[in-house]
Amino acid sequence: MRFDAILRVATKIFLPLVLLFGLYVQFHGDYGPGGGFQAGVIVAAGFILYGLIYGLSALTRIVPPWLVETMVPLGVAIYAGTGVAGWLTGGNFLDYSRLREDVHLAQETGVFLVELGVLITVSSTMLAIFYAFAGRDRS
Amino acid sequence: MNLVGTLNEFVGHYNQWIVIFLMVAGLYVVVARGNMIKKLIGLSLFQTSVYLLYISPGKLLGGTAPIIAEGFTVYSDPLPHVLILTAIVVGVATLALGLALVVRINEAYGTIEEDEIFSRNDQD
Amino acid sequence: MLALVDQLPPLLVIVPLFGAILAALARKGPIAWGIAQIVAVAVLLIAAALLVQVYYVDTISYRIGGWAPEIGIEYRVDRINAPILLLVAAIAAAIVPFAFRSVAAELPEERQAWFYAMFLLCLTGLLGIAITGDAFNAFVFLEISSLSTYTLIALGRNRRALVAAYQYLIVGTIGATFYVIGVGLLYIMTGTLNLGLIAERIAEIESARPVLAALAFIIVGISLKLALFPLHLWLPNAYAYAPSFATIFLAATATKVAVYLLARYIFGVFGIGFISSALPVNQVLLLLSTVAIVVAALVAVYEDNVKRMLAYSSVGQIGYIILGLAMATASGVTGGYLHILAHGITKGALFAAVGAAVFRNGGSARLGDFAGIGRRMPLTMTAFVIAGLSLVGIPGTVGFLSKWYLVLGAIELGWWWLAAIIVLSSLLAILYLGRVVEVAFFREPVAATARAAEAPPSMLLTLGLLTAATVVFGLRTDLLAGSARAAAAALLGTAP
Repeated sequence: MRFDAILRVATKIFLPLVLLFGLYVQFHGDYGPGGGFQAGVIVAAGFILYGLIYGLSALTRIVPPWLVETMVPLGVAIYAGTGVAGWLTGGNFLDYSRLREDVHLAQETGVFLVELGVLITVSSTMLAIFYAFAGRDRS
Repeated sequence: MNLVGTLNEFVGHYNQWIVIFLMVAGLYVVVARGNMIKKLIGLSLFQTSVYLLYISPGKLLGGTAPIIAEGFTVYSDPLPHVLILTAIVVGVATLALGLALVVRINEAYGTIEEDEIFSRNDQD
Repeated sequence: MLALVDQLPPLLVIVPLFGAILAALARKGPIAWGIAQIVAVAVLLIAAALLVQVYYVDTISYRIGGWAPEIGIEYRVDRINAPILLLVAAIAAAIVPFAFRSVAAELPEERQAWFYAMFLLCLTGLLGIAITGDAFNAFVFLEISSLSTYTLIALGRNRRALVAAYQYLIVGTIGATFYVIGVGLLYIMTGTLNLGLIAERIAEIESARPVLAALAFIIVGISLKLALFPLHLWLPNAYAYAPSFATIFLAATATKVAVYLLARYIFGVFGIGFISSALPVNQVLLLLSTVAIVVAALVAVYEDNVKRMLAYSSVGQIGYIILGLAMATASGVTGGYLHILAHGITKGALFAAVGAAVFRNGGSARLGDFAGIGRRMPLTMTAFVIAGLSLVGIPGTVGFLSKWYLVLGAIELGWWWLAAIIVLSSLLAILYLGRVVEVAFFREPVAATARAAEAPPSMLLTLGLLTAATVVFGLRTDLLAGSARAAAAALLGTAP
């Protein structure tokens, strides 16, 4: 597959579109279907597509396994950290309403941060699963 | 109750018939197949039927997406969607872990058929 | 900033969760172990503080994100779950020292940090199940603990560990899915996921059929998780082939938390009155638990793998717990609840002793490879004997306490045959534990045990703590029995 020109060129064209669509789904999650879970899978799918066509070693040059393994807990940490921020501003755990002066803006900020954590964890988990399966020998 | 009424009752709950069919089919595959991958597929089918069980009653006919806006008064119930989003993630994690275990089992035993694995365990 | 004391309920879950993240980032086994130990002690302190608060102030209700229970998640600590939380936290804190040498010996270096991360995630899940007052949140925590449990089991050295983990994954997922089907039906009928609100609204529902279906799904689903006979088949292999440390932790806590959830649903949500008028749940549970007690003990007598023997014994002991709950009287429920705590401590000590022996005899759990080990490891095997006496139910140990209430409950109901079964099945425990003791103390050492030395101090610490607990709580009977009576009164709705 690595030497198939059509697949290689098509992948290069698709890749930015896939990532852009992932970001659209991430940020449009407030007003339509979307959010961190879906966006995370789409972003990961873009990278996995690249890995399938250009080979695993090309993908690990862009996203090394240690980075993936760090991003999985990092996303969870952002999520939990947002919850702790609710404490620090005087509310209950995961209470966003005091993060900013206006309650609605504050809720939006809180959800944005949570979804960011979700995006990071989901996309890196998908990649980690791909690495775990694709990296094994066939022997 | 007349025949039309019974039929109406039956067709009117079509979403639940689909749920029950998927549920039983998935469970049957888990029980009846000896191939570990096929078992996992059955398990996924079984879990998926639950997603429909939650989602379909949450939809109100004529209701819109639960985002408050002018001109709309009827909204669908958003809670089932949130719950099922979580359940889907759990399902994905279960499937990934299950497949990872099957890969390791295949490396350790050279097969993913349950009866062959059990006979090899007995020989040890 | 609010007072820290008000934020304890979420902290109980957040601390181990952060611990798991840190352990995963640490990469090094010993560092991850240190994190696990700190987290376990911190969780123990939080759980103890919650218990004190519940007993001396009032039931704690905490709203996650400030949302009302109607739509949000409520964490609720009362007299029913506070002792369970303390049990799980205390067991975790007591057994982490054991892990230091055991995990280093049984797992390859690059997997050790992940092992501790999984242990902490499992702890998060178990504490979460016990503390949450939300039906669906309990499902999520159930799956967090289950998924990490499958991983913990699969990390065992023997390739059979993989198959055991796979089988548990299939059964466990079916169980959890059954549970979530039941919760879905309850949500459709009541429009809420808060356990307290469900309980209030169930009484007003006119059509009982979906509620009955929910009841059946939830009971079968949780019974799969707690390994109620005949749904126990996943348990023996899972316990036998998991790393020793994972076995200790799971045997002492995981099934206990599932039992708590079952008790919460039977008594706290559906209500024992509704259940007994609608379905013969009590009779079925009574029958199954009685069969479990006898059959599991008989299988254990003929089992040659010590870990599997103790695992079958666990199936029987879960039978005692369910038996007590199914009696649905004050004494019966007290006995069942007490047995949750007593068996958690006792079985933890037994598996710790076996784990220490396996650590020194070259990794074999076969009975033959225990020959003469009592002379080489006198402290370890003495602890085994003391914990074994507690399992049998000898006076002066904590096991006697729970069986006393169970027999009392049976006699109060006039079921003399049941009292006889409880006593006679305890004698079966003497048989299978006696085989281990006989081989360990009265046989000449074989090759595997000839050069075995006493267990390292870290393992003896765990063993000493758990064994001491079986004796201390057995002698100071008021400590556990008092909290069990309070929990039983709360479950049965007779609390003042």
